[in-house]
Amino acid sequence: MELSFQTVMSQVMLGLNNGAFYAILSLGLAVIFGLLNIVNFAHGALYMLGAYVALLGFTSLGPLIGMPDFHLNYWAALIVAPLVVGAVGIVIEKTMLSRLYKFDHLYGLLLTFGLALIIQGVFTNFFNVSGDPYEAKPEILNGAVNLGFMMFPKYRLWVIVISLAVCFGTWYVIERTKLGSYLRAGTENPELVKAFGVNVPLMITLTYGYGVALAAFAGVLAAPIYSVSPVMGSEMIITVFAVVVIGGMGSIMGSIVTGLLLGMVEGFTKVVYAPASSTVIFLIMVVVLLVKPAGLFGRES
Amino acid sequence: MNKKIWIALILLGLLAPFVVYPVFMMKLLCFALFASAFNLLLGYTGLLSFGHAAFFGGASYITGHLVKNSGLTPELGVLGGTLFAGLLGYLVGSLAIRRQGIYFAMVTLALAQIVYFVALKAPFTGGEDGLQGIPRGDLFGFIDLNQVYSVGGNPVALNLYYFVFVLFCLGFWIIHRTIHSPFGQVLKAIRENEPRAVSLGYKVERFKLMAFVLSAALSGMAGSMKSLVFQLASLTDVSWHTSGEVVLMTLLGGVGTVLGPLVGAFTVVTLQSELSSVGSWITVIIGVTFVICVLLFRRGVVGELGRLLKKSL
Repeated sequence: MELSFQTVMSQVMLGLNNGAFYAILSLGLAVIFGLLNIVNFAHGALYMLGAYVALLGFTSLGPLIGMPDFHLNYWAALIVAPLVVGAVGIVIEKTMLSRLYKFDHLYGLLLTFGLALIIQGVFTNFFNVSGDPYEAKPEILNGAVNLGFMMFPKYRLWVIVISLAVCFGTWYVIERTKLGSYLRAGTENPELVKAFGVNVPLMITLTYGYGVALAAFAGVLAAPIYSVSPVMGSEMIITVFAVVVIGGMGSIMGSIVTGLLLGMVEGFTKVVYAPASSTVIFLIMVVVLLVKPAGLFGRES
Repeated sequence: MNKKIWIALILLGLLAPFVVYPVFMMKLLCFALFASAFNLLLGYTGLLSFGHAAFFGGASYITGHLVKNSGLTPELGVLGGTLFAGLLGYLVGSLAIRRQGIYFAMVTLALAQIVYFVALKAPFTGGEDGLQGIPRGDLFGFIDLNQVYSVGGNPVALNLYYFVFVLFCLGFWIIHRTIHSPFGQVLKAIRENEPRAVSLGYKVERFKLMAFVLSAALSGMAGSMKSLVFQLASLTDVSWHTSGEVVLMTLLGGVGTVLGPLVGAFTVVTLQSELSSVGSWITVIIGVTFVICVLLFRRGVVGELGRLLKKSL
């Protein structure tokens, strides 16, 4: 097969687009893991929930509140969906997760697994598993742009740009601001931070809320590209787990970079040997486990 | 545990097909063995695998393939499936024990996903349809497993039932012997305090891997049994839902108890067959059960009972 620069680049760029989703999701997992020490299995389900908030806000919210002409537009959904899902996250943390911190961390994983089943199950009952299209993509993001070496869909470019902005914004807040220093200190030694008068339980609640809000944000970004379906999250979450194992959850920047890179590798594999593209991330995980068990950016504990 | 309880359980198993719907009973035995094998790892070694469906489902495909396409007798099919699962367990286990705790769970989940993709794409697995119409064949070449006997006017495949029951007893006995052997004591030591076990000179990695392989092989045996009972190996068997279900069974019954997985499997399988009319709401019910278990009774049914009776069950 002739591999033209064009084909390779277009797949790698599409891969980068997927990588942007991996980056946001694994960043959310890493932020949550840092402070709560749990792996949020419900992350995929909340990503799906974010997409549904956008979809239903556009199609069903108006008729529901008696204003049939009202549609929650895309830009509003980008703000509203993370807020709604973040609020759901805060309720989850306050009512359930907070009871588990004194037990083995595996219980957090099991609890959020149960929650993922509930959320996915409820949506499977009301919506089509094969998915519904989200048709609220704004006019301005239609069409393609010339990147010099190729034409690239405007919307996907937007996804890459805004994802990078959100990821690096989060990184900046955590690594470079005073608020972030509280967070990092809370990760290292919550007892000591409490002694300094910082409200750690509140910080934990808000962190979980922010982490899942990121997932919802990714969900809204994904809605115009993929069809919105109840299983979109469970397909995503397992891949993101592999990304997290490869990168190691100890580093914020690590999880962003790993997500982006693996997306591109996946895209590249699609050109070289398409059947392997769905497993390549898992195979890389195997190699990383053999060579550097703690993960690329992980610390040996 | 009390000898009387064992005798009662065996009698119950022998008489069950005359009282209970036998297909239900066989399904229960398959999942009870699966959960018990899983419990060997979670309950006695402290390792949470989120990818055990790979062994259960993988073995059911191999058994199906051996019996259907290679014309092997059922006992050889089960043996083949079990060995395959053990080998797969060796590969997955060697990789997964390089990480601890939460990472261990994620690694096993991700590796199981590879098996899922293979099951979806491999030439002999039938893709989305699964491997259908697996023949039950003749046990040892001369006992027809399809032979039905009239029990109270209903046709019951008693030969198949007792074959499955004997396999279950064999598997359960192996697990029981393992737990109460010196090897099992070391596993418990690792669960309780890994650094201490290391400092006592035990090669912890080796013990973990052996427990993993044993657990995988027996989960495979359960999957092989399932493929003969239902004459089907499907993608559901290798999916993460199944991995989650076996976690639930063990958790619900009682992690680290001998009888817990049996009780958990019984509860979940009953739920599934009683509530089959509600369709996909079953996922929600399973999820709610999970949440309740984790929040309210982490010891599980048998664990709580044991605490009340002040006895290890």
